[in-house]
Amino acid sequence: MTDPVLSVRDLRIRFRSGGRETQVVHGVDFDIRGGETLALVGESGSGKSVTSFALMRLLPEAPRCTIEGSVSMGGVNLLELSERRMAQVRGPRIAMIFQEPLTSLNPVHRVGDQIAEAIRFHRKMSKADIRARVIELLTLVGIPDPARRMHAYPGEMSGGMRQRVVIAMALALEPDLLIADEPTTALDVTVQAQILELLRQIQRATNMAMLFITHDFGVVAEIAERVMVMYAGRIVEQGSLADVLSNPRMPYTRGLLASVPRFEDAGLKTGPLGTIEGFVPSPDNLPAGCSFHPRCPHARPGICDGALPELAAHGAGAHLVRCARSDEPAFGAEPAEVS
Amino acid sequence: MIRFLTHRTLQGIVLILIVSMIGFTVINLAPGGPLSQYAMTPGMSQQDLDRIAHQMGLDRPIPVQYLDWLVNMVSGDWGKSYRDQSPVLDVVWRHMWATLLLMGTSTAIAVALGTLIGVLGALKRYSVFDYMATVGAMIALSIPTFWFGLVAIFFFSLELGWLPAGNMYTVGDQSFSDYAIHLIMPSIVLALVNVAIWSRYMRASTLDVMDQDYVRTARAKGLPRWRIVSAHIVRNALIPMITLAGLQLPTIIGGALVTETVFTWPGLGRLFIDSLGYNDYPVIMGLLMFSAILTVIGNFLADIGVALADPRIRLG
Amino acid sequence: MTAIPDPATRTRFAIFRGPRVRKFMRHRLAMIGLLTIIFLTLACFFGPYLLPYDELYIDLRARFSPPLTGSHILGTDPLGRDIAARLFSAGQISLTVGFTAMVLSTLIGTVIGVVAGYFGGWSRIGLMRIVDAFLSFPSIFLMLTLAAFLKPSPTMITLIIAVTSWMEVARIVEAEVRGQSSRDFTAAARMVGAPHWWIMGREILPNVIGPIIVAATLTVARAILLEAYISFLGYGIQPPLPSWGNMLNNAQQYLDSAPWLAIVPGVAITLAVTSFNFIGDGLRDALDARSVQ
Repeated sequence: MTDPVLSVRDLRIRFRSGGRETQVVHGVDFDIRGGETLALVGESGSGKSVTSFALMRLLPEAPRCTIEGSVSMGGVNLLELSERRMAQVRGPRIAMIFQEPLTSLNPVHRVGDQIAEAIRFHRKMSKADIRARVIELLTLVGIPDPARRMHAYPGEMSGGMRQRVVIAMALALEPDLLIADEPTTALDVTVQAQILELLRQIQRATNMAMLFITHDFGVVAEIAERVMVMYAGRIVEQGSLADVLSNPRMPYTRGLLASVPRFEDAGLKTGPLGTIEGFVPSPDNLPAGCSFHPRCPHARPGICDGALPELAAHGAGAHLVRCARSDEPAFGAEPAEVS
Repeated sequence: MIRFLTHRTLQGIVLILIVSMIGFTVINLAPGGPLSQYAMTPGMSQQDLDRIAHQMGLDRPIPVQYLDWLVNMVSGDWGKSYRDQSPVLDVVWRHMWATLLLMGTSTAIAVALGTLIGVLGALKRYSVFDYMATVGAMIALSIPTFWFGLVAIFFFSLELGWLPAGNMYTVGDQSFSDYAIHLIMPSIVLALVNVAIWSRYMRASTLDVMDQDYVRTARAKGLPRWRIVSAHIVRNALIPMITLAGLQLPTIIGGALVTETVFTWPGLGRLFIDSLGYNDYPVIMGLLMFSAILTVIGNFLADIGVALADPRIRLG
Repeated sequence: MTAIPDPATRTRFAIFRGPRVRKFMRHRLAMIGLLTIIFLTLACFFGPYLLPYDELYIDLRARFSPPLTGSHILGTDPLGRDIAARLFSAGQISLTVGFTAMVLSTLIGTVIGVVAGYFGGWSRIGLMRIVDAFLSFPSIFLMLTLAAFLKPSPTMITLIIAVTSWMEVARIVEAEVRGQSSRDFTAAARMVGAPHWWIMGREILPNVIGPIIVAATLTVARAILLEAYISFLGYGIQPPLPSWGNMLNNAQQYLDSAPWLAIVPGVAITLAVTSFNFIGDGLRDALDARSVQ
């Protein structure tokens, strides 16, 4: 197996506001390899976006936010780099696309210039070469008539087209890792499918690694090879697409899957379309034991509200689950009582 | 865009009309009235006064006088100065350049300094610098411009002898450097208040832009910090400042009036004060109108400037 | 469950509640400003009793005495009048003019703002156009024109300042009222057939009082400055009655020989205006509905 492109170890993130400190990510570990797509799934508030921003070091600066642990890329811990060195990593090594295509482009600059800018500060290239590259990128992301469209302002484009521009910008320097933070959430379903197809094609062609953040298992099934489920700042289940989607061991994952309409008839015994009762706990008031137990239909007093369960291997493969009851034989068969 | 500008033009015309009505009413309802100058002349009988009033059309109802004045004004006849009988428009024209020079220089200083202080304050929010800038701006807004001028004259002209205490040029010199050296103190004094205002607004505007998603995108592209600040933060934060510049025009004109008085600067402000002393109604009225027109034009230019700077408005 | 209080009573007196007072007290600059104003006011109104001279006493032998000579703490002016005495007495006039002008212009601005914001439609457009017109020429032009043609007594100067500085308040109140008019309790009051004046006075006004207080404080600062401007230019308070502005009136010609003539009243003006601006800033922080949870 090849070395991972990116290795995250014991990532912990705390925010400070008004003299109060809140930990939102509690020790996250994972690797991503070249050509692989890893999906990071969770509800809003689970810490998945914060984790992805931390990899890029796009969170607020030191007193307001502390990041600990390590994020290694090619033997270098990105968390220890100076801001200037980090700027050299953003773009050629890691690039990112965002959730809101309507606001992630600067409205006062032409889209071509905004892509060119991403190249200009990393590569010594002539103006003509940069221009040619911009047109090439716009063609790659499927924008018709790129030589003309590069002069357009973001305001003259639809959301889907703008997201393509953001993708072109992220791909401009052929990064080793692309972080996609819910890139299709704000888009129409048809556009969503086009963007996913585009990302998949590009990845196939470039052997780029991709960390795909989403709350939507439908999207996960279409794009990911491996899946990580996050809840209340911790990874609660991790494994191959097949492991997690067909044999979810963590009740939270089951709940999430049950709330996706198209998985109802995919062999999962979930009954009617489900939702998970209750809300994601506030990060400064996490329940003792398993963070999910107050919402969990399988929670047992004395087991689930005591010690925090470890993220432990389930079965032979690389399927990891953080649940005290995942190995109880009856647990798997019992239908999930999500209403 | 065209419709927007047409709309703004009409608004401006309505505004100038209302201003002219207010001004005209104030001047004509004043107890002395336009005749007070003649009334003080020895040997003037009431009949003489009535005759003059009739000649000048002052015995007609005020609305009629107003319409008459309005028609003349629109056709370019702003009346004649009581002082030397020269046409008001000529008098205003002659004094306008000194004021525009002073206001222009001062505004350039205010914009440059205010932008710098505002942006730095926002980038280093809650720092010592930011705090000092905030308190400094509040104090600067509280210092009377004319008094600041007096203190500046005291130190830089009388004590240190570095700069001339007044006037626009030295008679007989009038070289570029002579103008420049006369311009330094009044333009800085006039700029003080505007630096304060501009830096406050610029700080708020910059903070607003810093939270925008596209700034995050720019960081994610790995741009150097100076580039993020210049092309993505300051560039966008300046757009609302263009509108502010238009809205601040009356304040700048008002400030120019006292600054000109303190520094004996031969501009419109001095002209206004002198005309008040002579009860020179046509010139006073002309200056009221001129400042209103200047403000309307300024706001109109600001609208165009915003449209040029912001494709959302230009293309929207 | 705690009972949810009726929104009208809940918001009506909310601004005077504890947290806001505490927040204001924590605002260091505002407290400095408040103490300075209290000190200045006491000095101006009671200081004269402690001085050996009154503000009109002319001592031609002691002309142009610099500060701290003999019994003239702040020196004397070109007529040998005691500057400290004049400064205090001028302060009485300047502070009174500033405060009264604030009250008047806040009244005008509030009435116009409430009417425009409450009725909307054409009355709003008409009134706000007049506000725009007043704002679009330098108020000092209008003020000087009025002051030059009217008899410039302190009362007249106060009135002139008031009629040229109500626009800010009107704008703020109009915007606030427009937001309030659409709220439920206003609609409820309208439904039960309450008369307009009752809704405006009892339902809307108490809810916009915070911004009005802030604007009023800043208007005092502005009014003191404006009085200084017109008096400095010779169209304001007329000698021998002293005001901080007219004390500076002749100071420029003696700048070289008697700089204290310019320094002393200028410092007083700056101190008073800065203090009111600081207080306004503190009040804004304390009364801003969005800043207190």
